[in-house]
Amino acid sequence: MTIDGIHVDMNRLKKGEVNLGTSIMAVTFKDGVILGADSRTTTGAYIANRVTDKLTRVHDTIWCCRSGSAADTQAVADIVQYQLGLFSMHSGKPPMTQTAASIFQEICYANKDQLSAGLIIAGWDERFGGQVYQIPLGGSLHKQPYAISGSGSTYIYGYCDANWKEGMEEEEAVDFVKNSLREAIKWDGSSGGVIRMVVLTKEGADRHLYLPDTNYAERHTENVSL
Amino acid sequence: MPGFDFSNYNRNAALHAQGMPLPKATSTGTTIVGCIFDGGVVIAADTRATSGPIVADKNCEKLHYIAPQIWCAGAGTAADTEFTTALISSQLELHAMSTGRKPRVVTCMTMLKQHLFRYQGHIGAYLVVAGVDPTGTHLFTVHAHGSTDKLPYVTMGSGSLAAMSVFESKWKAELTQEEAVELASQAILAGIWNDLGSGSNVDVAVITPEKTTLKRNLIKPNEKVPKQQSYKFARGTTAVLNEKIIKKSEIGRYVSVQEVPLESDKMEVDS
Repeated sequence: MTIDGIHVDMNRLKKGEVNLGTSIMAVTFKDGVILGADSRTTTGAYIANRVTDKLTRVHDTIWCCRSGSAADTQAVADIVQYQLGLFSMHSGKPPMTQTAASIFQEICYANKDQLSAGLIIAGWDERFGGQVYQIPLGGSLHKQPYAISGSGSTYIYGYCDANWKEGMEEEEAVDFVKNSLREAIKWDGSSGGVIRMVVLTKEGADRHLYLPDTNYAERHTENVSL
Repeated sequence: MPGFDFSNYNRNAALHAQGMPLPKATSTGTTIVGCIFDGGVVIAADTRATSGPIVADKNCEKLHYIAPQIWCAGAGTAADTEFTTALISSQLELHAMSTGRKPRVVTCMTMLKQHLFRYQGHIGAYLVVAGVDPTGTHLFTVHAHGSTDKLPYVTMGSGSLAAMSVFESKWKAELTQEEAVELASQAILAGIWNDLGSGSNVDVAVITPEKTTLKRNLIKPNEKVPKQQSYKFARGTTAVLNEKIIKKSEIGRYVSVQEVPLESDKMEVDS
């Protein structure tokens, strides 16, 4: 994804590297948090994977949305997953979202010259409920009520700003994420495929899958994760 | 001093600056595929190895052994796929012995991705990892930079587009073993015929919980056959216009003879 004049972020990618051209987002709602992503992975003009899972588990109710280099974001997420696993075994209780976000930031900032990783960390914990953190390219950390990222996000800043509401019901929040991503996919050539979502509440993680066949209208319940 | 010696790197950089082209590695400009079926997984590859525009090997092996029930198809730099798979195979065998369990495909995939990520894409190995372990049947792709994908059917290498077009039009869920072998073979054939970097024969490996079968050269669509005609010129085809015999004693009249330098004053080779 280096010969794409439009998406300036991509110049950091090495030649031939696998890229997540991406539209990703995460929003807080009344009972927790929802993560959403498209499923397109590209190498240059070729779609290397049309059903990618960009929503990655780092703990039971802490997940992240990955954008940028596939290799870099997978490596970082794997390290954080290990650290949180170790942390929860030591302390005997699940980690907080903020803790996860801090570990992510530490790695992203210390290796900022070598990484091209744009991450959104979202999670639910007993103390703070649903939270969303964003880590852009330089390794800074931002706590937000909702976050959008990736090349496709540029097309939906206006839509999200106009339609997002504090303390939505689950169904309402799912529709908000779905409609936002539908627009991002429609306008961004580097985004596409299916829409994947993860709903994080005190009940745990619930996976959603929407196919383009029905214009992302129906929720599919089979083969939801790969 | 211990550690790496980078003096050759500086020499090569200086040489390159003076206009010397860098040596080219043999690349397997390849088609490799993998496909899961009911009760196992199949991987397949073509057998052409190229070095620039030259076919370096017409019948090379791109299906690599990792463990008895885990095999790997390799594209990219031939030497890198060969050595990375061998290295991980060795580490995985030791790991299996220390844990006293059968090696898992995810373990293999994780070791490969962490090794390749450490080398930031300089190890040009693009792999399809497939196998059966106590947790089930698995199929992955691993890119040189260290990213991985998990899919029911995969293709890699320069012929991946041709091969994927076959999968995307003919693949269905719940394939039988025979159907999967046929589909993977057709995908490789698409690469052999439509991709310049791929060619020669089809190799297939079938992995089931019971056993692994390597079908070397399952299809040989490019067999060399004897020439149908002899292209030798018949005697007397070329007319003799004149004939002249030169005696050895008179050779000095036609060529200049020079003394061979003695052993002591050898030619100066390096400056």
